[in-house]
Amino acid sequence: MTAMLSITGITKRFPARRGLLDMIRGRPQLAVHAVEQVSLDVHKGETLGIVGESGCGKSTLARCVVRLHDPDAGAITFDGTDVLSLKGPARRSFNRRVQMVFQDPYGSLNPRMTVGDTLAEALHVHAIVPKPAIPARVRELLDLVHLPADAALRHPHEFSGGQRQRIGIARALAVEPQLIIADEPVSALDVSVQAAIVNLFMELQDRLGLTLVFITHDLRLVRHMTHRVAVMYLGRIVEIGPTAELFATPRHPYTQALIRAVPMVKPGRRGSEAAVIGELPSPLNPPPGCAFHPRCRIADVACRETIPPLHPAPWPVACLKANG
Amino acid sequence: MKRPPAPLLGGLTILGAMVAFAVAPGLFVPYDPLAFDFTALLAPPSWAHPFGADQFGRDLLSRSIAATAIDLQIALFATIFPGTLGTLIGLLVGWYGGIADAIFGRLVDLVVTFPFLVLVIAIVAILGPGLANMYIAVTIVGWVSYARLMRSEVMVQKNGEYVAACKVLGYSTPRILFRHILPNAIRPVLVYAVTAMALAILLGSSLGYLGLGAQPPEAEWGVLIADGKNFFTTAPWIALFPGTVIVIAGLGFSLTGDGLADLLEVKR
Amino acid sequence: MSAPLLEVDGLHVTFSTPRGPVHAVDGVSFSVGAGEVLGIVGESGSGKSVTLRAIPRLLHANAAVSGQVRWRGADLHAMPAEQLRKIRGGQIAVVFQEPMSALNPVLPIGLQIDEVLTAHTTLDTPARRKRATELLGLVGIASAATRLGQFPHEFSGGMRQRAMIAISLAAAPALLLADEPTTALDVTIQDQILKLLLRLVAELDMALVLVTHDLGVIAETCDRVAVMYAGRLCETGSVHDVFLRPRHAYTSALLRSMPGEGAARSMLVPIPGQPPRVDRQIPGCAFAPRCTFVEDRCATERPRLTPQGEGHAAACHAAARVAEAAS
Repeated sequence: MTAMLSITGITKRFPARRGLLDMIRGRPQLAVHAVEQVSLDVHKGETLGIVGESGCGKSTLARCVVRLHDPDAGAITFDGTDVLSLKGPARRSFNRRVQMVFQDPYGSLNPRMTVGDTLAEALHVHAIVPKPAIPARVRELLDLVHLPADAALRHPHEFSGGQRQRIGIARALAVEPQLIIADEPVSALDVSVQAAIVNLFMELQDRLGLTLVFITHDLRLVRHMTHRVAVMYLGRIVEIGPTAELFATPRHPYTQALIRAVPMVKPGRRGSEAAVIGELPSPLNPPPGCAFHPRCRIADVACRETIPPLHPAPWPVACLKANG
Repeated sequence: MKRPPAPLLGGLTILGAMVAFAVAPGLFVPYDPLAFDFTALLAPPSWAHPFGADQFGRDLLSRSIAATAIDLQIALFATIFPGTLGTLIGLLVGWYGGIADAIFGRLVDLVVTFPFLVLVIAIVAILGPGLANMYIAVTIVGWVSYARLMRSEVMVQKNGEYVAACKVLGYSTPRILFRHILPNAIRPVLVYAVTAMALAILLGSSLGYLGLGAQPPEAEWGVLIADGKNFFTTAPWIALFPGTVIVIAGLGFSLTGDGLADLLEVKR
Repeated sequence: MSAPLLEVDGLHVTFSTPRGPVHAVDGVSFSVGAGEVLGIVGESGSGKSVTLRAIPRLLHANAAVSGQVRWRGADLHAMPAEQLRKIRGGQIAVVFQEPMSALNPVLPIGLQIDEVLTAHTTLDTPARRKRATELLGLVGIASAATRLGQFPHEFSGGMRQRAMIAISLAAAPALLLADEPTTALDVTIQDQILKLLLRLVAELDMALVLVTHDLGVIAETCDRVAVMYAGRLCETGSVHDVFLRPRHAYTSALLRSMPGEGAARSMLVPIPGQPPRVDRQIPGCAFAPRCTFVEDRCATERPRLTPQGEGHAAACHAAARVAEAAS
């Protein structure tokens, strides 16, 4: 299988705000290590899940791919084209092929534009259909995400959270992308509504042959709907592999802890011991060596000093202990 | 759309009357505002002259009505010019930030350290009296307030996810700025502009009073008050009634501004 | 199980808003005993948090509350404010979702614990200091002596919630009311806090009422569960019974909408439609418009909470058919 999207060694740091006092005292400029040396491939037609807790860099990584952030180092290629060097019209046509669905169904729609105008604008800017055909295409898009045609005349505030997320999906679909990156698209929604949006993603993927990168902190969702999953911790991928196998036999101690920490909707699993001890370290000052070592039960001296590389077989895992 | 609240209706009624007076003063004036009437020199308020008459016997009600056109013009132009300039600058500075923002900050410091009125008077004094020069002066000084409002609102809006969505959709920067951010960021500016119209009338009147704005014999409320200042002890109505008209006009703008603020509130 | 500590009986909360009354809680009854963990679960707008806050009378003045809330037999809503204040913060403590807004940002943690100790105990200054150190240790905050002098912003999210719990435990309460205590936290930290709460319940023989939207949290933490929808109690019973043998159509639909462990990429079963607006009275069952088991009387006749077995009750006309479909 060839990679549709290929990310190599992406690093993104955000300089932390430094007060005048810190400068006078000569404190060094700190940086949030959002994404550190991340490499991964996304294959055509698959759903790749990216999971991790806050500060793991999953959203920053996504925003680097759609060029909302410029990474400090690394390369991103899409269908063989170097994405990071794109400018002007070429960059715009890249945007046509890679779209994003955002987390906040309230903030991600322009509140002053009707749904129809929002969709028509995307169609118009990229000249997806000739101008007279735009209203018909808007109706088709609304139908695709199971919204009534009269939704076009209304404003975002007239819709529920789940419906707004459908509008956001329709907007992304308007420009006929090949890859959709969904950044926590259901975490602001109620459980009963989440299911409908998850179904919509799977349905659209089958109908339109989309490739999907699904970013979430919800392991239950990732387990249900993705083919492969990448687990991130403090800016790095610690494990990436086929979903079913990875959930059945997680190899990285962090993946193991994460899976155990997620409360399952099954009574009787009540334990008394927490899955993992300790706090999430600050991405301003990540621990040396393996970032997980202060919380890890099997870490030793080597883990404190060496940043573990990704061992390839049977699927990549960044743990010195994973391969014996 | 919800029903407009009572204060807004009140404000719009006052503004509506002003527009009517400005467009067709002939329909409302009982006398020719410029005609001298030597039988009514300094006549006190009466049924014949509700606002009284001035030292030339000119009917003050007629003169106040006739002055509406100029004062309304002042209210509009003294806000539209600085408002448009300030909005554009604020939009660009808020969006681009960086060096532009740093320069803007220093410029704002420079302008706000001078008292507004003193600066306007100084500029008009250099350019020469008259309404056109007054608009230039007000624009030079007044854009800062609009730009500051706009800048801070744009700084909030540009981090909104709908703006990120626009970028990901490959929209051009002018499109994002004018079609998406501007409509969402303009509310405080509009509300301020309406309130500023009241201040503009006061400013125009002040300059008129000082002889730097509208020039006699044009009827302008400030000029009317200035005319009355010499007779303030013997014929106080000459200054008092135009003064009251200014207060009512100011009230009209303030009420409208408040009402507009509620009406334009974006629903999430 | 001993006599219940807390009994809520026919609780109604109506907010008066400019747009008219909102029936946030509409006839909710439940009880909790010592050493017991009761979960209240529901989606946004279900009234679960309002219910919790109504218990110690923490609602704002625009809320009209009726019904009985009995604490060890005495009605909290009928007693004088002075007596209530002694119970609130003393025997009944509350933990909120956002520790950052519930903690005072300008006071060190130690002082905030000290305040509660001063109000509800007779300890002298050194004894209070010692007790505060103990409390931080109890909730798993290391180097407690240093931590006491620190401010809330110097704590991470999880540590703040631990500190909040330490403060709530200061007066040795018999009942802890926790309103989405882990919703703002990461999953590994949530796991730690939930395990901590369970340990405290066992060690201190407290009762815990835990409000959450997360069915998983309920399943792994609670003994009994109350499911709420549109301000009403749908179903209550042991977690085992409710999760494995749901008798209310809403509970059943909610459980089925969750992604399970099997059948990857199969279509989930969402609940169609939207929760109803609570600014008008609903004559029949509030869930009827979204229900697949709906029958004629559901639209007009409000179902009453009826027993479905030992300690298990559901307010559903179609309870028998729901049971059949689940088995």
